[in-house]
Amino acid sequence: MAFRALAYWLVRYRRTWRGTIVVSVANPILFLLAIGAGLGTLVEGTVEGASYLAFFAPGLLAAATLQNAFVEAGFKVNSALRRERIYSTAAATPLEPGHILAGHLMFITLRLMLSAAAFVVVMALFGLTGSVGVALAVTLAATLTGLAFAAPLAAWAVTVSDFPQLNTVFRFVVMPMYLFSGTFFSVTQLPGPLRAVAYALPLWHGVDLCRALALGTATPGTSLLHAGYLTLCCVAGVLVARVTFRRCLHA
Amino acid sequence: MAVLNALIEAAGLEKTYPARDRKGTAFRAVAGVDFQVHRGEAFGFLGPNGAGKSSTMRMLAGVSAPTAGTLRILGLDPVADGRRVRARLGVVPQDDSLDTQLTVEENLLVYGLYFGLSRRAVRARAGELLEFARLEDKAGERVEHLSGGMRRRLTIARALINEPEILLLDEPTTGLDPQARHVLWDRLFRLKQDGVTLILTTHYMDEAEQLCDRLVVMDKGLIADEGSPRELIERHVTREVLELRFPPGEHEEVGRKLGDQVEVLPDRLLWYADDGEQALAQATEAGVRPLTALVRRTGLEDVFLRLTGRSLTD
Repeated sequence: MAFRALAYWLVRYRRTWRGTIVVSVANPILFLLAIGAGLGTLVEGTVEGASYLAFFAPGLLAAATLQNAFVEAGFKVNSALRRERIYSTAAATPLEPGHILAGHLMFITLRLMLSAAAFVVVMALFGLTGSVGVALAVTLAATLTGLAFAAPLAAWAVTVSDFPQLNTVFRFVVMPMYLFSGTFFSVTQLPGPLRAVAYALPLWHGVDLCRALALGTATPGTSLLHAGYLTLCCVAGVLVARVTFRRCLHA
Repeated sequence: MAVLNALIEAAGLEKTYPARDRKGTAFRAVAGVDFQVHRGEAFGFLGPNGAGKSSTMRMLAGVSAPTAGTLRILGLDPVADGRRVRARLGVVPQDDSLDTQLTVEENLLVYGLYFGLSRRAVRARAGELLEFARLEDKAGERVEHLSGGMRRRLTIARALINEPEILLLDEPTTGLDPQARHVLWDRLFRLKQDGVTLILTTHYMDEAEQLCDRLVVMDKGLIADEGSPRELIERHVTREVLELRFPPGEHEEVGRKLGDQVEVLPDRLLWYADDGEQALAQATEAGVRPLTALVRRTGLEDVFLRLTGRSLTD
């Protein structure tokens, strides 16, 4: 049943996939050129044992996936319920709210994975991924990071009746997390209390996981801890979303 | 055996929406209604905005659980057996909710897939449906390029993809021009001839008179009365009505002068009488000098004003 809901998103994506791939490739090229290779030359020496570009790229990947997750699971889930009424159309058929949720989350996973893969291809062009295995691992880590946000975001966005509220959360929750989760600089530079906050942010776990895998410094212990934390966010999000989707689609 | 034929049975049906926040209050949209719909008939819910029509329709569509009362659709409980009920219904929502980015054919395809039809089955059925909706030459067109009437017909075609036994239409012709409405009525009439049970909401009296075998008038979450258009007219109003118009501000005063048989509306007075000309003669005798006077046959609109008149003014 969930695959029927996924089929809708795929038919729709057939119209737009070319454009999204271009954006997914062009964005990281611009960012890595401007900040990694440009601004990064001002950084003397190494950060956590790597060149600034090599340090920055996997962090940006994780943060960019968060942004994608917000667009796909925040704005688009809200619009699918309120503006475009995609959900209510599907709810009039044998599909249950849980199927509609699962179908959309599957599509979001696919989108996040494609964007992450495009990013990793760009990293490879800059010579920042060691092997195909590393590239794959980083892609999966970034996708997991995105899902850790997408599921809870979907659970919340479906309940939002006031669209500007989404922008507010983007500005005051997503952006600070984007800036202070070790994307642009090592969180070890933060003063003690702030560092503790950063360690609790899901994005830091995603950033550190992607970075350690890309730089080849990953240890099984920390990788499992990161992946476990992200999986927990994702599972919790799905469980809450199952409730909020039912409440909003079968009001 | 009317009971055996009842496709839908509602008894004491209520819907209360919980308060949105702690400061808000719960809202009772449907306050206890009873009705039955039989196979093959066209059944209408008539009423002003906020009467509870759409809430009732959502419960009938199996996407909104009743707060109280019982509801059986096709002999099933639409909450416990929602999936099986919805598989046999067609729903035409008020706002079309088509995907404007997709083509006409793609809209039918994704909807057919929702019902578990194969791509091949949808393609075969799409031809028939587009012919029915008079959209044969629009199959590859994006929905954003279609007119309002075409979109509404496509929404109806889409709702028929699973060959439903019951078609639910929420204000099917609101916002359409007269030609588009007549084309739509013709299509709906054909569906009825084919044995599809139609359930519709409307606030257009002519639509209710044209399409409905039986209807209920709803007001403030309750059913004010039920019957065929003819029965309702005979029960609540006289054969004719005299409409009198006066300069603004004089309606109340003339109304008092003419007494109880006259209904005072913001823009005119209605005098219900079996002989309208005679009523006009009486009014003239009483010294009333209206700007215009018109005698006409009564219709459902008069029933509607009688039964829900109070809430129209607010």
